[in-house]
Amino acid sequence: MSELLNPEPKVIAFLCKWCSSNAADLAGVSRMKYPANVITIETPCSGRVDPTYIFDALSNGADGVIVAGCHPGECHYITGNYKTLKRMVLVKELAEQMGIEDERIHLEWISSSEAKKFVKTMTEFIEKLKHLPPNPLRNNRVAQEAKH
Amino acid sequence: MSQKKKTREPEEAKRLGVFVCHCGKNIAATVDVENIAKEVTNLHGVVHATDSHYLCSEPGQKALQDDIKYHRLDGIICACCSPTLHEETFRKAASDVGVNKYEVEIANIREKCSWVHSDREEATEKAMKIIETKVEKALLNEALTPISVDVNRNAMVVGAGITGIQAALDLANSGYHVYLIEQSPTIGGHMAQLSSTFPTLDCSQCILSPKMSEIAHHDNVELITNAKLTGVTGFVGNFNAKVTKKPKFVIEELCNLCDDCVTVCPVIVPNDFEGGLGPRKAIYLPFPQAVPSAYVLDIENCLGIHPLVCSKCRDACEQNAINYDMKEEIVELDVGAIVIATGYDLYDISKISEYDFGPEVDVIDGLQFERLLSSAGPTGGEVLRPSDHKKPETVVFVQCVGSRDPEHHMAYCSKICCTYTGKHALLLKDQEPDTEVYIFYIDIRAAGRGYEEFIDRAQEMGVVYIRGKPSKIFRDGDKTIIWAANTLTGERLEVEADLVVLAPAMIPSFDTKVLSGVTKCSLDEYGFFKEAHVKLKPVESLVQGLFVAGAALSPKDIPECVSQGSAAASKAIALLSKPQLYHDPIVALVNEQACSGCKVCQSLCPYGAISFDSVKNISVVKEILCQGCGTCASACPSQALTLKNQTDKQIENMIRIALKTEAK
Repeated sequence: MSELLNPEPKVIAFLCKWCSSNAADLAGVSRMKYPANVITIETPCSGRVDPTYIFDALSNGADGVIVAGCHPGECHYITGNYKTLKRMVLVKELAEQMGIEDERIHLEWISSSEAKKFVKTMTEFIEKLKHLPPNPLRNNRVAQEAKH
Repeated sequence: MSQKKKTREPEEAKRLGVFVCHCGKNIAATVDVENIAKEVTNLHGVVHATDSHYLCSEPGQKALQDDIKYHRLDGIICACCSPTLHEETFRKAASDVGVNKYEVEIANIREKCSWVHSDREEATEKAMKIIETKVEKALLNEALTPISVDVNRNAMVVGAGITGIQAALDLANSGYHVYLIEQSPTIGGHMAQLSSTFPTLDCSQCILSPKMSEIAHHDNVELITNAKLTGVTGFVGNFNAKVTKKPKFVIEELCNLCDDCVTVCPVIVPNDFEGGLGPRKAIYLPFPQAVPSAYVLDIENCLGIHPLVCSKCRDACEQNAINYDMKEEIVELDVGAIVIATGYDLYDISKISEYDFGPEVDVIDGLQFERLLSSAGPTGGEVLRPSDHKKPETVVFVQCVGSRDPEHHMAYCSKICCTYTGKHALLLKDQEPDTEVYIFYIDIRAAGRGYEEFIDRAQEMGVVYIRGKPSKIFRDGDKTIIWAANTLTGERLEVEADLVVLAPAMIPSFDTKVLSGVTKCSLDEYGFFKEAHVKLKPVESLVQGLFVAGAALSPKDIPECVSQGSAAASKAIALLSKPQLYHDPIVALVNEQACSGCKVCQSLCPYGAISFDSVKNISVVKEILCQGCGTCASACPSQALTLKNQTDKQIENMIRIALKTEAK
């Protein structure tokens, strides 16, 4: 196991309200456990996740961002998650060019019955981030805040 | 709908209240609720915060309403359980005292916090963060008014087994027009194949056929068989359903059931209704009580599609009811509600490699045995083994074939097999008392009125129950050998049987996945349709206006299917009986000044809700069609599109506050 570089990473997870958010609820109902490092923001559809939100999160100091939606073909809004899929490719490419490791951005399809998958995704993602250095943009932001 | 609108001067700051629920110990055990209620008063915009032991209780709601009035709140944040449970409760409570229901936010600190974390400090900190994000959102929420829409008062039921038949009849008898869609040529489903039903041993056809006949003659039912639901657009109260009808090649209205066509048809194939144990022709009547009562031509096997080769049936038909040129047809139907009742199939036994299976080795499944017991079946109700039509002297039944086997097959219990296997054994013993009958079981699960007593009856008649699951079933000469261990005595067993009947797991019917894609109704981990809430919304789906009933949800027996069919119908009736519905006002909004008229949004909208105003050169949202997904808003290059109460500004603020580090 590599070195623990960031013991308490911060994660923002965008969950679509129909599938992934329900999977998160089911994880709660089933009393499964995962690290508390993640704050979720619910959107109607993963298609609502504007790429700028991901960069907003990263520039505000998030060590990682998860976008979770319904499985392809199961989107409540028919095709919203296909749009997400395409956008995420661009987002990752853009992030790399900005010097942000693409591992910090993760897309996962989690249906409303996949509580286990939700827990696994969150746990593994947070574990991975612990072995990456803190988001390089975090210090910029702390510095900026200090100035104010 | 009385939405009292409060107007607020723009410069006047919004007055928010935060209500933090203990949920008994459910939240309070891991989250320091009292402390949070104190802390949140420091947040911008929050003028009042308090905690409540059970916010959803009557006293809890009353206190919430009193606080709203006393503190003149414009919006509230309820930090409690999931919005799927109590969002509507608190919206109602708040709107009754003048707060617009779209100014109510739920901070889910139970399912997404207290129940998934154990460390009190961490959980408290996270709960605080969740509430802060919702306060940020609430600060910019706007008071909205639901959009009213007319309701189409027709209903559709998909699947015409006993569940769908019951749902369709209940709807039709309540005065609503019902389209009943069935993928096979006749209605009746699996129940039509059964010989008799447990625990009363009522003849299955005798209790089913009156209902089938009622469907056939009901003025309010439009039956469409040999058809599938292949597309659904629209929304609750206003669905547009596309139904694809496969051709039957027989004109139902002309067919007089004379049977002349069957007599001349030269093609003989296994009859699927008889589980392949009997023959049928390429043109056939599925079974005598079939509804609609007309022959159907099986085009896969018919030679007549090339009339030069055969065309015997067409020549024999005096009614001229046979038409080889029928084509697939697609009809579009407008309905207000849809009930899905697509039932089940049996698990594919070929996946269980340790069991030989097939009529040629005298190993059959429960449904095939039903046909052997049925007086209209291939043997006229006499139990004969399929391979040589001899009377079996030793018959072995095996339960839990593919059920309760999480490592290899299905983890769940198929619920009805214990009782129907008991029924099979009992009927067999009744017919031939000297037959040796063994039942291999893991546990006997016969919950239901009269079911346990029914199993007792089978045992009293001399049926031998052996606790153990066979490890191998194979053919040896003209016998079928079962290897097993009796798990009560520990002894190894080898049974030589003349006939083996397996009780395979009940699985979702074969095109459930396709239908899930069409209807957007989600599936559970086994591929069954998933209800909106397993306990409290057992026949509703997450798609409003779409209901699911019967074995399409999970294995069920007939009484449960009938109850669920009625339940789904009553839910649909509750919806259709309203002249108008209210459409959620969380829809896309175009900022006319910012829109550049690039039309990117138009191509993204899956509902065709965005049109273009060529005079103003801007995009226009048709609110009634918009479902509020926000996909357009996140693609607009001019940021001219936004989703009401889910604006960029709101989400950005939520992100910012979620990541804010406390100055230490």
